[in-house]
Amino acid sequence: MSAFATLVARDLRLAVRQGGALGTALGFYMIVVTMLPLGLGADLNLLSRIAPGVLWIALLLSALLSLPRVFASDYEDGSLDILATGPLPLELVAAAKALAHWISTSIPLALLAPVLGILLNLDIGAYPVLVATMLIGTPAVSFIGAAGAALTLRAHRGGLLIALLVLPLYVPTLIFGMAAIGALLGPGGVTQPFLILTALSLAAVVLGPIAAAAALRVQMQ
Amino acid sequence: MQLVAENLVLCRGGRTIIEGLSFRLEAGAALLLTGANGSGKTTLLRALAGFLKPAAGAIAVGNGADERELGELSHFVGHLDGIKAHLTVAENLAFWAAYLDGGDVAIALDAFALSGLADIPAGYLSAGQKRRLGLARLAVAARPLWLLDEPTVSLDAASVGLLVKTLEAHVGGGGLAVIATHVPLALADAREIRLGAAGDRK
Repeated sequence: MSAFATLVARDLRLAVRQGGALGTALGFYMIVVTMLPLGLGADLNLLSRIAPGVLWIALLLSALLSLPRVFASDYEDGSLDILATGPLPLELVAAAKALAHWISTSIPLALLAPVLGILLNLDIGAYPVLVATMLIGTPAVSFIGAAGAALTLRAHRGGLLIALLVLPLYVPTLIFGMAAIGALLGPGGVTQPFLILTALSLAAVVLGPIAAAAALRVQMQ
Repeated sequence: MQLVAENLVLCRGGRTIIEGLSFRLEAGAALLLTGANGSGKTTLLRALAGFLKPAAGAIAVGNGADERELGELSHFVGHLDGIKAHLTVAENLAFWAAYLDGGDVAIALDAFALSGLADIPAGYLSAGQKRRLGLARLAVAARPLWLLDEPTVSLDAASVGLLVKTLEAHVGGGGLAVIATHVPLALADAREIRLGAAGDRK
């Protein structure tokens, strides 16, 4: 097994063993979405109209909760130094960790979304597109998030800082994720927003680790 | 294989910690770094591992033909052991073995008397046992340059003996080792560099 696959496998195993990070993110997602109908009242038309947006925004916030841990645990126990002396360039170390975050956190959140959609009276026809936009859009969440996590590695209370740094960068993903769902419910094709969403994720997969590695190099001095 | 440092100037946090340090280490030699707290032992080791870029001067390693970077030639054992509490002792070591392209985990466990603890989650280990697990990484993958930052901290006398034995085997086989320490290590033919107390230097 290559060093990259070894690192991804270890992070996934740790995510399963520790469990806490995923549990917190899923729990937070569920609670935020559940509270919304309670706050807005039982206007089914209103809920179903805002459901995709609510599900997307709550997903971004939930993913944000688990981002600080992407590099922090390896930094705190000294693993990051040793990872840096390994055969992988730091860019690929960052990419492996972001990929593990995507698999262990972003995908479960995306799969929980349709269940929560029931609470919001989401149009049944929108379910497949909603999950598809989330699966295609969330690599951007994890890979841009990894850059934010690396930048705030040594910052005190870095979690809040990550939100300020990273949430604005999620805006394009949010806009085109919503555009894809909107195109399905209204006139117009779904393909175009999907392609742009894919492009955003691919760009994040390439640029995120480069930014993260640059930040890590500074933090490790 | 050799390690050459020329006129190294190392800065951390805007302060010059080490100024104008030069040394040359040939294959099969160990270098002990001593000096007061804050004299730059860790800083120098981090520079040798490639984490910290020298402000001036150069570090060269290898025999000219090797183009790998500093970090890829060295084992870095710092103050922290790089251990995951939720993985067992054997799993921790097996990960580093696979990641660092190393070999047999069982031999490395044996070299640091950890065989009996192999299936215990590393979170339950004592400080000394964790240190030994951190050091066992040295035996799991072959690398020419060992950079050890106070490796004897929290080790008992028997474990220090194991470490010295492993170090002598490594150095005897043509390896290089740079060791920051406060405790005299019973290493044959080890050179020593005493770093000046730069803790109060501006």
